[in-house]
Amino acid sequence: MKEAIQARVRHFVTDNFLFGRSDMTLAGDTSFLESRIIDSTGVLELVSFLETAYGIEVSEEEMEPANLDSLDRIAAFVMKKLGRG
Amino acid sequence: MANEDGSLRLVHSGEIFNHVELRRDLEARGHRFATRSDSEVILHQYEEDGDACLDRLNGQWAFALWDSRRQRLLVARDRLGVRPLYFARSAGGVFFASEMKALFAHAPLSREMDAAGLKQVFTFWSTAAPRTMFRDVEELSPGHALVLEAGRAEVRRYWRLSYPSSFDGHAHERSEEEQAAELLALLNEAVRLRLRSDVPVACYLSGGLDSTLTAALAVRQAGHPLETFSIRFTESDFDEGIWQEEARAFLGTPHHAVWCRPEDIAGVFPEVIWHAETPILRTAPAPLFLLARQVRDAGFKVVITGEGSDEILGGYDIFKETKVRHFCARRGDSAMRTALFRRIYPYQPRLQRQSIAYLRAFFQARPEDLTGPFFSHLPRWSLAPSLTAFFSDDVKAASAASDPLADLEKSLPAEYAGWHYFCRAQFLETALLLPGYILSSQGDRMAMANGVEGRFPFLDRSVVDFAAGLHPSVKMRGLEEKHLLKVAAKGLVPEGIRRRSKQPYRAPEAVCFFDPAGGRPRFPYVEELLSEDGIRRGGVFSPKSVTLLVEKVRQGRAPGVRDAMALTGILSTQLWLHQFGKDFRAGGTAE
Repeated sequence: MKEAIQARVRHFVTDNFLFGRSDMTLAGDTSFLESRIIDSTGVLELVSFLETAYGIEVSEEEMEPANLDSLDRIAAFVMKKLGRG
Repeated sequence: MANEDGSLRLVHSGEIFNHVELRRDLEARGHRFATRSDSEVILHQYEEDGDACLDRLNGQWAFALWDSRRQRLLVARDRLGVRPLYFARSAGGVFFASEMKALFAHAPLSREMDAAGLKQVFTFWSTAAPRTMFRDVEELSPGHALVLEAGRAEVRRYWRLSYPSSFDGHAHERSEEEQAAELLALLNEAVRLRLRSDVPVACYLSGGLDSTLTAALAVRQAGHPLETFSIRFTESDFDEGIWQEEARAFLGTPHHAVWCRPEDIAGVFPEVIWHAETPILRTAPAPLFLLARQVRDAGFKVVITGEGSDEILGGYDIFKETKVRHFCARRGDSAMRTALFRRIYPYQPRLQRQSIAYLRAFFQARPEDLTGPFFSHLPRWSLAPSLTAFFSDDVKAASAASDPLADLEKSLPAEYAGWHYFCRAQFLETALLLPGYILSSQGDRMAMANGVEGRFPFLDRSVVDFAAGLHPSVKMRGLEEKHLLKVAAKGLVPEGIRRRSKQPYRAPEAVCFFDPAGGRPRFPYVEELLSEDGIRRGGVFSPKSVTLLVEKVRQGRAPGVRDAMALTGILSTQLWLHQFGKDFRAGGTAE
């Protein structure tokens, strides 16, 4: 489950924020903020993708780097939201 | 034009607004004038003062003056860079012109792109003089002169914007009312000088404080209602029609509004790039091109506008952002302080929806940023790596050695580090973005493309010098921008306009090029230049990355500023390559 979420989100991030950039490797713990992969609009795009893809709702309190700033964190967050974490 | 004995010869573009005063002074010293032209004043002032004549000229100008006795050419440009001047050194000599395309028509130069120039555009929104988009062409920096003498070409600085090193004992020298009165008196004089014209003068009216005030002062001095012009946007997020109407009704001016649809922007975009001679990251110059066309069609050649006020009197959001980041840096854990970021950008709904945690992550300054030279501009310039990531491998390699921020840091004045952080932010806006983008791509080039001359009272030398000496707290009181100007404007403009928060001038971006209903390109050139083949032929961008971006835009999944800037930057670069590449024709072609 965790790997499947990571793979799906990785695909989304690579296409939508990195535009297929080959010079950047996206490890599980790569910080989107520190690597400047994501800007302020990007966070909302990411949240909206997660909500649609997994049928979850992300509240403002949950919209924080601790939940969303890397593939690892997103996978853990989505699993928790789906009651699988 | 020549002097009496023909020993001095002058080519001049622009206006010397204080020519009447200078002439009076020169005549008292025995100079005899053959014409009423402001250009002749330059010749006599040079006879009197030599190169120091540059300090006496109040205006917007670029000129070349040949001194046959000394066998010496002086080429110079106004202090803030209102009028353009480019030059090229080649085996055949040194060539200079107001437009780069004129150099290519007359000089044996290559039109090879400077990859470092492109990197600057994708970082700062413009090249930074002396660099241009062409390897063989230099821009004469504002406040600089080029001297050609004895086979040598030397660039010298004659003026530079400067701020007080300390405001100790400064702030309470005079009351706010006294300072506002002085500002108003200087602005009145600046407007008076700019109404000197052989042709009728009109005014732009954006709906904001700056242009409403310059128009109000111009109407008062002219003694009759001058005609006013404004842009309306069919996209309501960008439209300021309500405020324009309020200003028009208050001033009683015969008014012309140009309606601008997204497709109108895309329709003139090739012409915009042809005249700007550089890629641009925003479409905002295009509506100003359409506005200048309307001014021309109505029979006017001169417009008074409010440009420069935001730079010199502290109007831009980036100054608010800098102030809030500075404030938050001292108490980074305060949610209340962090929430202030929402107040800076009330017109950006997506930012309003951002959580405190992410606002902090995006805007929070780190301690080391506070002391760095570019504290104010780092959030904006930090977008650059995402934008230059679209470059092809060849262009990445060609620009790898260039570091726009490091180069800029080397060019800063020695005193810069000692200035107040607010003044440092103002310096970057005034010395870099004002000449590089606002006055050129968005200003002079769009107006002059239609034979219209913009005149800017806020950029009068006396106004600029006065504003530089003001304490930052009278420019921005709390988070109220242009505070002193608002005090000065009391009673002269509608109260609603005086009190309203600044709405930055913006134009629609991606929606101009792709119809949101279905995502189809609105014009064949958009499809052709952004196609995988078109990108590959251009050689500047990665076809794969651009294809993914274009797909995202077409599907309406690219709502952010970063994607919009990437799209506009890539499309404008493709147009630029097309127009100035092998198909270049000096006579002009927009398509």
